[in-house]
Amino acid sequence: MTAKVTVEDVERVAELAHLELKPEETPRMLDDLNAILDYVAELNELDTLGVTPLAQVSDLLDAAGQGVLRDDVLRPSLDRAEVMSQAPETDGVFFKVPKVIER
Amino acid sequence: MESEAKPAENFVEHPKTLAELRAGIVAGTTKAADLAASYYDRIAQVNPRLNVYLSLTKERAQAQAARIDDLAAKGDPLPPLAGIPVGIKDVLVMKGAPATAGSKILEGYCPPYDATAVSKLEAAGAVLLGKINCDEFAMGSSNENSAYGPVRNPVDTERVPGGSSGGSAAAVAANMAAATLGSDTGGSIRQPASFCGVVGVLPTYGRVSRYGLIAYASSLDRVGPFAANVRDAATLLSVIAGHDPKDATSSPAPVLDYAAESDKPPAGLRIGVPAEYFAEGLDSEVRTAIEAGIAALEAAGCAIKQVSLPHTKYAVPVYYLIATAEASANLARFDGVRYGPRSRDSATLADMYRHSRDEGFGAEVKRRILLGTYALSAGYYDAYYLKAQQVRRILAEEYLRAFAEVDAIVTPTAPTAAFKLGEKTGDPLAMYLADIYTVTASLAGICGVTVPCGATKAGLPVGMQVLAAHLNEGTAFRVARAVEALYAAAARYSLA
Repeated sequence: MTAKVTVEDVERVAELAHLELKPEETPRMLDDLNAILDYVAELNELDTLGVTPLAQVSDLLDAAGQGVLRDDVLRPSLDRAEVMSQAPETDGVFFKVPKVIER
Repeated sequence: MESEAKPAENFVEHPKTLAELRAGIVAGTTKAADLAASYYDRIAQVNPRLNVYLSLTKERAQAQAARIDDLAAKGDPLPPLAGIPVGIKDVLVMKGAPATAGSKILEGYCPPYDATAVSKLEAAGAVLLGKINCDEFAMGSSNENSAYGPVRNPVDTERVPGGSSGGSAAAVAANMAAATLGSDTGGSIRQPASFCGVVGVLPTYGRVSRYGLIAYASSLDRVGPFAANVRDAATLLSVIAGHDPKDATSSPAPVLDYAAESDKPPAGLRIGVPAEYFAEGLDSEVRTAIEAGIAALEAAGCAIKQVSLPHTKYAVPVYYLIATAEASANLARFDGVRYGPRSRDSATLADMYRHSRDEGFGAEVKRRILLGTYALSAGYYDAYYLKAQQVRRILAEEYLRAFAEVDAIVTPTAPTAAFKLGEKTGDPLAMYLADIYTVTASLAGICGVTVPCGATKAGLPVGMQVLAAHLNEGTAFRVARAVEALYAAAARYSLA
């Protein structure tokens, strides 16, 4: 957890996140990530063996386990034309994107 | 830097409470249309200096005001917020109005639906004035991360209003709305309320629907109100709270009349003071102001007790791991396909994603996406993300134990009063530490209220954070009312 982030790590993570970093942005991000990760390494002081992770607080509020799921019934959704009107490129039915497969 | 800053001119005491404004409309002495027009005049006057509103929704506001005036003319019963002018943080969507989330990546996007909190406000008679500036995707503690320029603090325009809901706090402080909505993920309502000298509410997680809130970190995001006084904020919460079938995490618990709850005297309540929130790093003038507030609570008949929250110092690391991990997933949807601008001239789909995101996102958003992606990536998931979730449980259970002994916990909202523009922009970590007193309640899902609690010698507002257990908003409001009463008689700030 104290491993230093390298330029290669930043580039790999940026690729995973579909982010393009300008050449001048990478060193800054590298320094910031290392500073932040050094800081969060404080958590290593704590022994958390056997502690159940808490992903969201509904776990705490819903101790009885009654759940809040609704019935799965059909209901109207947003109007397609209104949604498509906000897209950068569409044929009215689908969102259009650049070619995915070369052939 | 602008040198012609005239703080006292921007900052005004609200002339009327929401109840008084509504009474004028019910009595027919005020027209909702005139009230809305007067707020638009005020906005036109001060917005160039404060940069609060990103867009105005005048047509919709005028139509709503006309409806209210018709009802009033006919002598029909009026809804609880009849004619009240309210501003909306631009992370909540309004049908047909630009939704930017403070980002270039959504430029030009006008969503086809209303957020639930927005539609509830309007159903209750509120007149929605427009969309309010904020940090990009609600990521920031100073409002300096907005792609549309920073909001300035009305109390002192050389200083930040806090963030990320800095515009929502500034709008109330400068009377550019009678009340506003904001969102709070790690302190984004409470900290700007403190910096601008207004009341801000963090409702319990799930108390207010997140439907139509542009997501930052879904297990932490909350929608909540800002107002000039505690009772007004409580009134708004009763309107926007409640179960929503469109948000599976919204709570089915009954909604109380929080204004009436806030009317109950605080005598007999047990108030916890955690030593960990008064340690190194707390500004001495902030400490003095908060201690005076605690003394006032004791004088009002509350029992003051020391409580211990020993894991508090781990909250900021836990928050920044969990929030960024969730953000990296939530912000994957902004890719130039469904909304917002698309980068031109990309030969492949992958290039189009990358270029659109590169051009659309600001530096802090990229930083958080990278950090979150790293924390979730193969080989690091257990060490960072899982570890953070384990400590999250420790922090939450620590609060639950404390609330077995006390009814509310009071702390400073922020370690300092409002800092200067540019003061922390070069150091992300220093900026993150501005959230040190607010993130723990976010992680635990509990509720809280920031209430003005005096000022520094320079006249900068200090806010007290009043925290209460899940769904105990009423208790937080009662305590906040008692603190507010201390300052109502005196001029709240030396600037007034």
